[in-house]
Amino acid sequence: MKNKTTIGTWIGFVAILVWCLLPVVWIISLSFKSVEETAAGSAQFLPKDPTLDNYRDILSNGDFLAALRNSFGIAVIATFLAVVFATLAAYAIARLEFKGKRLVLSLALAIAMFPVVSLVGPLFDMWRTFGLFNTWPGLIIPYMSFTLPLAIWTLSAFFREIPWELEQAAQVDGATSWQAFRKVIVPLAAPGVFTAAILTFFFAWNEFVLAISLTSTTASRTVPAQLSYFVGPDPFNPPYGQLATASVVVTVPIIIIVLLFQRKIVAGLTSGAVKG
Amino acid sequence: MSSTLARPPADVREKPQVSDRSRAENRLGQKLVAPAVILMLLVTAWPMLQALYLSLFRYRLTAPDDRELIGIDNYVTVLTDSLFWQDMWNTVLIMVLTVAVELVIGFAFAMVMHRVIFARGAIRTSILIPYGIITVVSAFAWQFAFSLNNGFVNGWLPFVDENFNWFGGHWSAMFAIMVSEIWKTTPFMALLLLAGLAQVSEDMLEAAKVDGATWWQRLWKVILPNMRAAIMVAVLFRALDAYRIFDNIFVMTRGAQETESVSFLTYRQVIEQVQLGLGSALSVILFLSVLVLAWLIIKLFRVDLAQARGEG
Amino acid sequence: MAGIEMKNIVKQYGDGFPAVNDVSIDVEDGEFLILVGPSGCGKSTLLRMIVGLEDITDGDMIIGGKKVNDLAPRDRNLSMVFQNYALYPHLTVYENIAFPLRLAGKSDSEIDEKVREASKTLELDEHLDRKPGNLSGGQRQRVAMGRAIVRDAEAFLFDEPLSNLDAKLRGQMRTEISRLQKRLGITTVYVTHDQTEAMTLGDRVAVLKRGVLQQHATPRELYENPANLFVAGFIGSPPMNFLPAKVDGNRVELPFGTVTIPEARAAKAQGRDLLIAGIRPEHFEDASVVDSDKVTDEATFTATVDVVEWLGNEAYAYIPFEAPDEVREQLTQLEKDLDGESLRTQLVVSLDGASRISEGDEATIWVDARKIHLFDPSTGDNLTIDPDNAGIIPGGNTMAKAEEVGEQQDGVKPSAGSSPS
Repeated sequence: MKNKTTIGTWIGFVAILVWCLLPVVWIISLSFKSVEETAAGSAQFLPKDPTLDNYRDILSNGDFLAALRNSFGIAVIATFLAVVFATLAAYAIARLEFKGKRLVLSLALAIAMFPVVSLVGPLFDMWRTFGLFNTWPGLIIPYMSFTLPLAIWTLSAFFREIPWELEQAAQVDGATSWQAFRKVIVPLAAPGVFTAAILTFFFAWNEFVLAISLTSTTASRTVPAQLSYFVGPDPFNPPYGQLATASVVVTVPIIIIVLLFQRKIVAGLTSGAVKG
Repeated sequence: MSSTLARPPADVREKPQVSDRSRAENRLGQKLVAPAVILMLLVTAWPMLQALYLSLFRYRLTAPDDRELIGIDNYVTVLTDSLFWQDMWNTVLIMVLTVAVELVIGFAFAMVMHRVIFARGAIRTSILIPYGIITVVSAFAWQFAFSLNNGFVNGWLPFVDENFNWFGGHWSAMFAIMVSEIWKTTPFMALLLLAGLAQVSEDMLEAAKVDGATWWQRLWKVILPNMRAAIMVAVLFRALDAYRIFDNIFVMTRGAQETESVSFLTYRQVIEQVQLGLGSALSVILFLSVLVLAWLIIKLFRVDLAQARGEG
Repeated sequence: MAGIEMKNIVKQYGDGFPAVNDVSIDVEDGEFLILVGPSGCGKSTLLRMIVGLEDITDGDMIIGGKKVNDLAPRDRNLSMVFQNYALYPHLTVYENIAFPLRLAGKSDSEIDEKVREASKTLELDEHLDRKPGNLSGGQRQRVAMGRAIVRDAEAFLFDEPLSNLDAKLRGQMRTEISRLQKRLGITTVYVTHDQTEAMTLGDRVAVLKRGVLQQHATPRELYENPANLFVAGFIGSPPMNFLPAKVDGNRVELPFGTVTIPEARAAKAQGRDLLIAGIRPEHFEDASVVDSDKVTDEATFTATVDVVEWLGNEAYAYIPFEAPDEVREQLTQLEKDLDGESLRTQLVVSLDGASRISEGDEATIWVDARKIHLFDPSTGDNLTIDPDNAGIIPGGNTMAKAEEVGEQQDGVKPSAGSSPS
């Protein structure tokens, strides 16, 4: 009986790995297929004749590099600002008694469920009026609002776990309020804030609806939007290899972050959601 | 069997409250949440009101001078259009099928991850990759995998003709879209369920074993009822997410073969056709339908919570 | 080092909750003072007011001759051991102990010297590089003490420091704390709800009920001369027996028979109808093991023993009795105040291990009549108290005052202070 469950677990383990990695391996394999191979049609999984041409092309493609720059800039700024605002709000929610606390949490939950598409029209209209259309702030502002709920939920769940009496212990030990905050609370809160930042970054890096609706040129178009416009000369035969290569390039940062911080990400994802 | 929890006796010393202090605390709390609240409202409530207003007009961006107040005509147009109902059907179908499949596969994954004692890091890393990957990339990967000339799917599946065009028919195209959606979001479901699984105490399972429950009985009578809250949260989040499906359809079919979703229809009206009036009406309808859906699921969720508590 | 003087300290929360009421306690320099009482009696609040974590509503807090009411915690130079130890999880044991010194800006060499010294005293040397998360309960406790002793603080404050430890460790740490305090000779205020800790550790003990000081005396004084029913019931284990009693001259009529008490005591209880007699379990004995000259009719009674618990060195015999409603009501309330549950009125008798009394026996029990206390059932006051050997008892009827405060407290928070039953 023991053996049976072990075998079952092994099979499940392999199944999960295949499930998760197969499409990623597929895209990587595709990125090494030459233009000639995909144009002629190549139904096999691995490239016939691996080549680095696609990488050379994509990394010298100005539009793609601009999109990459936009994606990074917008995601980093939106993440930073959202986490700052969410930290303040989560601190208040976890630590202070104030009127409207439940309202804030409900609002956050409501916005987490909000259909982004239904904002595309009015935002499109408003942003054109304010001159925010096709600019970085035009994307940063909505990204912040839509990542705030997740960040607030994750952080307030995390902050609730911090033993706040340590702040008092530090004061008795001779710390000023600021020292108690700096030397005790900040080191304890930092991992949670960091986790929230990763989740926020993922959202901003992934976002598509607003990215294609509120941008019109490479001045602010992010990678997902750029990819969808990346059709090449023949619309009936998309440049498979190049699209796959671009996909691999934008997936690399995600894989690095996941490799480094997998434990934190899982904790952050589930803490916010289970208690929510 | 009341659904309310008895309050634990308040420990007096734990909650120091000076009236001045608590008033100051109240103010500070509100100040700290204010930026976040304002930002969230700025980008949702205000545009939503704007949409409500615009939806009462005939208003096309290419012909701004023809703007005209027409009351609820836009809503009538939308709700009597068969395309809207076709898209609504697609959306609901995708939502129900993907969430159901994800629930089953996600639970299986969660069970495996709960059991696995080796290579936990490796399994966690791999499960986070689909979660972290850009949806557009996932859509491309699967579009290429299903593609007629360059995909491997036809070659790998024994019962599929080598020249079968997945994107040539409604059902097969829907299938491809759902595969991409399910592939990307099952890990999220699995992680939420894993967290729920971790809360089912080993003692209880051992007690059930001693009481003579089979594996299957333990699953249905002990594990699942105790995970109900976690399952409901996962279903709520995923269902609302799937209902808003857009990226996969945009990349894989652009709505061809009648695979359009309500989100995609709204987008097309607003951005491609610049029909701001009609599009706004669609936006409002989409928003309201999400509210109704959330309300329905939460209603269900609350009932379950109360039941779970009554049983405990 | 310094003495701590509390003068008419009052703590009232914003919602009107009176947590501490007009408490005055002097802690002499170098003294070990215990604040003891059931949960919700305001003992922790009082401690937190000493250290400055809680505002003082009224009264003066004087440490080392200086009024500190408005000083921040860090300006009071006190060190405190918290109930959950409050160790900094991100710092090593070494850095935890060094924390207050680092804040004070001491040089590295001085810090190292002091930390090593403290760690040696507390036998923490091999754990210095570990994080608190990897330590056992007792080790954490010692680190918390280490952090308290590295500084030259004016006084130590302990907030129920042993309540998270298991019974054996608690005993060991109790001795350790006592030894440390004696060696350092530092003023110490120690909060606990455990009467054993109170009796064994303290030079003097302040008993609180509902934020009202009941008695402030040495453990012996509390034991021998409790101010009222509450103190009498709180101090001693197993607790004092309370029996309905009628006094006629120097004869006291108890449910099991009549005993004769000393004239001096009886005189104080004249002219009353129904009283409550308090007799500690250890002041009874199996008549057959007592010297025969002590055993007289005036000091013995017979009763049927319900249950006997034999512990080897001694045995406890339980004898149920009926109490009139008036007394029963007072006793039920008392039980509640002491965080207990009132089950049945029964007499607990501590017998010598050599006693052969067993369950169901009709036993002859001897009682040390000189040690019987008599309480007024309406106020709870001890009528037979020896005021010269009872320490400080605040004026007025403290038990009734506590009841009054209790009602106010209940008015603010219905479930506060009383044990859930």
